[in-house]
Amino acid sequence: MEKKRLTDMANQIAAFFDAYPEDEAVAATADHLRQFWDPRMRAQLKEIVATSGDLDISPTALSAIRKIG
Amino acid sequence: MAAPFDQDLGTPARKSTATVSLEIDGMAVTVPEGTSVMRAAALAGVNVPKLCATDTLEPFGSCRLCLVEIEGKRGTPASCTTPVTAGMKVKTQTDRLADLRRGVMELYISDHPLDCLTCSANGDCELQDMAGAVGLRDVRYGFDGENHTQQAKDTSNPYFTFDPSKCIVCSRCVRACEEQQGTFALTIDGRGFASHVTAGMDEEFLASECVSCGACVDACPTATLMEKSVIEMGQPDRKVATTCAYCGVGCGFIAETQGDKVIRMTPDKRGKANQGHSCVKGRFAWGYATHKDRITSPLVRDSIHDPWREVSWEEAIAKAANGFRAIQEKYGRGAVGGITSSRCTNEETYLVQKLIRAAFGNNNTDTCARVCHSPTGYGLKTAFGTSAGTQDFASVQDADVILVIGANPTDAHPVFGSQMKRRLRDGAGLIVADPRRIDLVKSPHIQAAHHLQLMPGTNVALINAIAHVIATEGLIDEGFVNARCDLGEFQRWQDFITRPENSPEATESITGVPAAEVRAAARLYAGARNAAIYYGLGVTEHSQGTTMVMGMANLAMATGNLGRSGVGVNPLRGQNNVQGSCDMGSFPHELPGYRHVSDAATRALFEAAWGVALDPEPGLRIPNMFDAALEGSFKGLYVQGEDIVQSDPNTQHVTAAMEAMDCVVVQDLFLNETAAYAHVFLPGASFLEKDGTFTNAERRISRVRRAMSPMAGLADWEATMALSNALGYPMDYAHPSEIMDEIAQLTPTFAGVSYDKLDRDGSIQWPCNDSAPDGTPTMHEDGFANGAGRFMITQYVPTDERTGPRFPLILTTGRILSQYNVGAQTRRTENGAWHGEDVLEIHPFDAETRGVRDGDRVSLASRAGDITLKARISDRVQPGVVYTTFHHPETGANVVTTEHSDWATNCPEYKVTAVEVRPTNRWSDWQVENEAFRERAVRIEAAE
Repeated sequence: MEKKRLTDMANQIAAFFDAYPEDEAVAATADHLRQFWDPRMRAQLKEIVATSGDLDISPTALSAIRKIG
Repeated sequence: MAAPFDQDLGTPARKSTATVSLEIDGMAVTVPEGTSVMRAAALAGVNVPKLCATDTLEPFGSCRLCLVEIEGKRGTPASCTTPVTAGMKVKTQTDRLADLRRGVMELYISDHPLDCLTCSANGDCELQDMAGAVGLRDVRYGFDGENHTQQAKDTSNPYFTFDPSKCIVCSRCVRACEEQQGTFALTIDGRGFASHVTAGMDEEFLASECVSCGACVDACPTATLMEKSVIEMGQPDRKVATTCAYCGVGCGFIAETQGDKVIRMTPDKRGKANQGHSCVKGRFAWGYATHKDRITSPLVRDSIHDPWREVSWEEAIAKAANGFRAIQEKYGRGAVGGITSSRCTNEETYLVQKLIRAAFGNNNTDTCARVCHSPTGYGLKTAFGTSAGTQDFASVQDADVILVIGANPTDAHPVFGSQMKRRLRDGAGLIVADPRRIDLVKSPHIQAAHHLQLMPGTNVALINAIAHVIATEGLIDEGFVNARCDLGEFQRWQDFITRPENSPEATESITGVPAAEVRAAARLYAGARNAAIYYGLGVTEHSQGTTMVMGMANLAMATGNLGRSGVGVNPLRGQNNVQGSCDMGSFPHELPGYRHVSDAATRALFEAAWGVALDPEPGLRIPNMFDAALEGSFKGLYVQGEDIVQSDPNTQHVTAAMEAMDCVVVQDLFLNETAAYAHVFLPGASFLEKDGTFTNAERRISRVRRAMSPMAGLADWEATMALSNALGYPMDYAHPSEIMDEIAQLTPTFAGVSYDKLDRDGSIQWPCNDSAPDGTPTMHEDGFANGAGRFMITQYVPTDERTGPRFPLILTTGRILSQYNVGAQTRRTENGAWHGEDVLEIHPFDAETRGVRDGDRVSLASRAGDITLKARISDRVQPGVVYTTFHHPETGANVVTTEHSDWATNCPEYKVTAVEVRPTNRWSDWQVENEAFRERAVRIEAAE
């Protein structure tokens, strides 16, 4: 799927949980991605994070993506 | 004593625990205190003659036909307006009463046409009945005196006529318009002999403010107000109790038929959601069911550029199944999916998601709740542990303050809107938070205490500001919070909400709502004994839709407004079965009963019952399906009763995705916009053609009953079964009741539901199980389903959709009373008389600076696309905001809306699109191209 679409959606989730302490925010964002995203979307997001250098992605989202299986 | 189905007891029931015993015609009767003598008599089996009284309206005492004698009292009081008293002895039949009643009837009949045999009310006329009941044999006054019998009929309303020559001026229509509907469109003009019913300012009905709810037609005891369908076809001879298939109010209706032909739909007095009331859609706009556009034969084609070919059910089902299986073989199990319908029954929705999970073998199932109330499910489940509203509709009568946020009940949920207006007329306070001045802000005898006219997209800032006032001014219900809520979460929320950035003064520059107004509204809400929140898509269809739902839940918990009648957080659901489609497991992450697919115990339960292994991973949501289709990993879609091409945002993105798929199967009544991109069309069945259940916004499960045969031969559940069988996953149900039995077996909140119980009780509000055998009108009475209410931090995050020099205005979209969603049904009725096209509301200031005059064609352009439509200059919208509806496909409102969506659920942000408006004299390119494409896409080859 389109890279920007996926990263924007991940950023939105992280923006909600950013109101919480960092550890909680990262864990909740990762949990949300696990519970509500189709595996192919999660895999693509991980791939984007692994291979793209110029990502406009929030630190919380980035940490969460690195946590999801 | 329960009233029989059709019996009119004359006056409404009174709620009282105290009872009164009396004697009527020598019979002992005991009734609740406050009951009228007329009703007490009717309950005892004694029908006192009447004309101006009916049990849906308060007594009026004008016709003087229901006179009785009461021992020890002088005169002959009207039984409708006389309340019972202990020991009262009433006589309903004496010579004196008989003479009086005959005299009254003589006067009525002396000014009434004597055309009974050719009258449309023949066989259903109370005047005729009463003439018989009183033994009228002569009219001493003759018929040659001054009278009203030659007055002209008003036929302006598309659905009913008003014939003043037959009017007896009983005021039932006027009172129905006031008491039931709350529109006050009708009045009695003139005095004495000149008294007559008028609509508006003595206008034709269609030109008046009449909303065509039909209450006056129901109330009329003669042929004065009569359905045109009855005038044309005659009186019905069969009645089938069913449930309306329009909005989420879920009104009980009686389908009145002659054999297989529906003659009229009348509201069911026993309907607990509608309490005998109706709106223009449910009451009159059912003609779509037999419209000439109905497709009654399955259709197939190899390419969307080919004409359709009529085929047998077997051929169509085989092509669909082969198409899906071929895709799965080539692209993988997850390359296909389906969309369940919030217009179809629970049983049908359950079957479609079962087909997807069991026959397709994945969780790529979603439903149109994705684009309306998915944030409600997520937000309320997080806060309270249950994905549903907290009250029944009747609860509103106990509310002291009503907060309406992002909802327009009088247009979108009109029957509930009327119930709400009744409570408001009785004195409840009203706060409206809406960017637009909806009718509720100021209507007859109703004036909102506060209209918080916020800028679209700033809901969360507003709700935080209201909560800030409550938290900083000592208005929190600490007893409730301490007893019911997670105190750690509460403390964190309190720390957050009391920050200065959440104060009304700080948010004023974001929302545009003056701080003092917010403070006053917050105090009114928090100070009420019972305060209730009602909300709609103006809450959910935002990038922070879920956050806003949580914000409202926070507010209700903080003020203790949960767990009893008169309070709560109440979503007004859009379509008839949105609640049900969500309950039935339509979402890609949840099995029926809102249990996550990753939960091994739940999966094991379904695997044992369904005999297949289930995927533990969530599937694609509707917008994800479109993205995956464009990417090439999603190639096949089964769409039941949903027009995603018209209803989903950024139309050109949706149609590009549809074109990228190899097998699209659409099951619908009509060749809708989505069908233009389909390869197989399975003809659907309307709600009149099948059995099943709908679940309305108050979690009320009601029966849908077949009133006519399926026009295409199969009900929708039968077609889904055939498709599943062709896919190799056997389904074998003989009747929808068997599907409900399976739902009850697998879903704890439905465990006590069965068709037998529904037939006995009329309707049931879930949860219905051993803990709540009669259902649950009010949720969370003793505690929350998740153990403790959860306060969530609701930080305001502005939407990414920003205005700027190119697109300086904000477009917000909505619905109108006479049309329903994509209009597939209502556009195929006479409702076009009220709303024949989508128009753009624009503030006079914005119109003037753009050179736009009322009625001009204007171009409405966003980053996503542009369309042309007519402008309507209106100060209902504030400067900087424009508004339109999406009921007409040729307008294409969703060409303009964007893919911005809610962070948690991907519910589209229909309510905030940056746009520009300019005068134009041409249709947009999309409109021209779409019209040409549509003409090609709906061609059907002549049968050989």
